[in-house]
Amino acid sequence: MKKVFKTEDLDCANCATKMERAIAKISGVTFANVNFMAQKLTVEADDAIFDDVMKEVVKVCKKIEPDCRIIL
Amino acid sequence: MKKFSLSAKEKKNLIRILVALPLFVAIFIADKTVGLDGVFGGSYGWLFPFSLYFAVYVVVGYDVVKKAARNIVRGRIFDENFLMCVATLGAFSLAIYNGVSGRGTEGADEACAVLLFYRAGEWFQSYATAKSRKSISSLMDIRPDYANIKRGDTIERADPAEVKIGDIIVVNPGEKVPLDGVVVKGSTSLDTKALTGESMPREVCAGGEIISGCVNVTSQVEAEVTKEFYDSTVSKILDLVENASGHKSKAENFITKFARYYTPAVVVAAVLLAVIPGLITSDWSAWIYRALGFLVVSCPCALVISVPLSFFAGIGAASKYGILVKGSNYLEKFNKANIFVFDKTGTLTKGSFAVTAVSPESRREEILRLAAVAEKDSVHPIARSVVSAYGKEAEGGYTLTNVAGAGVKAVKGDDSIYCGNEKLMEMHGINFVKEDGLGTVVYVARNGEFIGSLLISDEIKEESAEVVNELGAMGCKTVMLTGDNDAIAASVADKIGLFGYKASLLPQNKVEETERMLADKAEGDVLCFVGDGINDAPVLMRSDVGVAMGGVGSDAAIEASDIVLMEDDLRGITLCKRIAKKTMAIVSENICFSLIVKLAILALSAFGIANMWIAVFGDVGVAVLAILNAVRVNSDYVKKPKASRGFRPASVKKYR
Repeated sequence: MKKVFKTEDLDCANCATKMERAIAKISGVTFANVNFMAQKLTVEADDAIFDDVMKEVVKVCKKIEPDCRIIL
Repeated sequence: MKKFSLSAKEKKNLIRILVALPLFVAIFIADKTVGLDGVFGGSYGWLFPFSLYFAVYVVVGYDVVKKAARNIVRGRIFDENFLMCVATLGAFSLAIYNGVSGRGTEGADEACAVLLFYRAGEWFQSYATAKSRKSISSLMDIRPDYANIKRGDTIERADPAEVKIGDIIVVNPGEKVPLDGVVVKGSTSLDTKALTGESMPREVCAGGEIISGCVNVTSQVEAEVTKEFYDSTVSKILDLVENASGHKSKAENFITKFARYYTPAVVVAAVLLAVIPGLITSDWSAWIYRALGFLVVSCPCALVISVPLSFFAGIGAASKYGILVKGSNYLEKFNKANIFVFDKTGTLTKGSFAVTAVSPESRREEILRLAAVAEKDSVHPIARSVVSAYGKEAEGGYTLTNVAGAGVKAVKGDDSIYCGNEKLMEMHGINFVKEDGLGTVVYVARNGEFIGSLLISDEIKEESAEVVNELGAMGCKTVMLTGDNDAIAASVADKIGLFGYKASLLPQNKVEETERMLADKAEGDVLCFVGDGINDAPVLMRSDVGVAMGGVGSDAAIEASDIVLMEDDLRGITLCKRIAKKTMAIVSENICFSLIVKLAILALSAFGIANMWIAVFGDVGVAVLAILNAVRVNSDYVKKPKASRGFRPASVKKYR
């Protein structure tokens, strides 16, 4: 399943790339894209574990850019 | 454009900067003119101005220090907050060292200023990025907010996503059409500008198709929904444009890679710069100061933000004119495109065919009747023109067989009709009278006997010659591929001024021909295929850049191509070329400018010429300038250049 999330206060393009790389490394994630221009995050992962994966995604993003919020 | 408002975080940061800035200026002026270290006197007098500066530093930068502290715990040392802290706290330490050794508070003012300007620059950078992002996005603001569903006599307002196929929606004047549908009641004009860039309104009446994203101009209409929201034109287009920045260009990939190595490299250089000469000369404070300058310019922000922003602005500018570019990489490639391969029918010509001659004229009625029988089920424009020339209901009951690239065979009992080109006649050994007129010739035979022929011709679009000339002036080679015979191809190519053409190609030959041209082209040449997307999807996909024309409502064309011209106007090609050129020019300007300034500042700091004030400009000032430059991409473009330099090749070449 592929889902698109809006983000808030993602205001550093470098951080967006860092977030993208970190999310892609989470196990279970098959595709990750952080679109700085559209302020959107796209995550693709298996349906069964999607919620768990998203928890991890939020945690990872928080580590990189504490100001940035993912609107679930 | 939507009103632009600051987010809570931006507001908070702006207030902190606005409080800190006058405080800093006041302290700075007082310190330089009166000398604040003299206020309390004694050997600890330097502590007074030092604490004032430090207080301002804390006001403006406490969260930078906090973030840096947290990152260092996590072992992320190449974080810009951390580097900024090292640079500024380092400068404060030098100030303490200077103070203790009785040399005033040299350094404290600078440390404070660097952080203040860093924050101000950061703030402006995020403001400018957000603002330009929003202004570009507002161009693409075609998403409908609601739909009016009619249920019995009541009208309900609903989210477009909840409307189902078959529902009746009401679109009032001034509202956006929320979903694709067919008008069932009323007639109106639709403004399609947001989708096609065309300012002429489109008239629709009952039975006509309405496309989501258009604005209803004149009167209320009711329409039956034919596609769900996620399938509607507007969702497809938005999806496409928003995902466009996901297809990264070479320039963007270069920047991403560069950013990964740049920061660590500068930090290592800074350490070396502090340690090696420090050990040799023992003038630690001077060399540490220079190294701190290095750290200030160690963030590649200017590049990381401005390059994708330029591409985004370019894609946004193109969409304003009804040109959808599916990714930054295609914009980059399109700028380099120098071989343009055009499909003839529907691209260079109108694709509206008409029967212009029947021979022999005496058997007109019979020829048309038989041809209509054979062609009645085909959607090919030539077949449609035959059916419409006959004008009556064609006789049914025939089994129709399509002979690829030759024509149609219609059989009922022992009656058989052959309708097609020379190849079909030759295949069945029919003696036919060759028709020499310019156009597509359809020969008709019945039960092995030749009956007659139809001449069908097509009109060249008004703008074809102009666009081909402009491309020629830009140094591009233009080639036409067509299934028509040599005579027609030569005449069209000559009228338009093409470099070359290749005639008598079957659809599969077009793919082969394109493959051959791709194989033959020199390194660095980019081949762009322009077609209407109807039967050339494989070629669109195979070429370096596929451009489909008249994309409104044609999913196949949108899927297969890399650039879609929503309006059936060839001038979109040259327009897009100019947008691509400007975008790429600004991208290279930004890359060069940022790199040169950063390298210059690194060099000057190493030799002790540049101080931290200049370094902080190198960091945030350049980023702001680069962002402002990127916004320039999104200016107005003229559809037709005022003075187009006429260009015609000496002779048209026929390809073997």
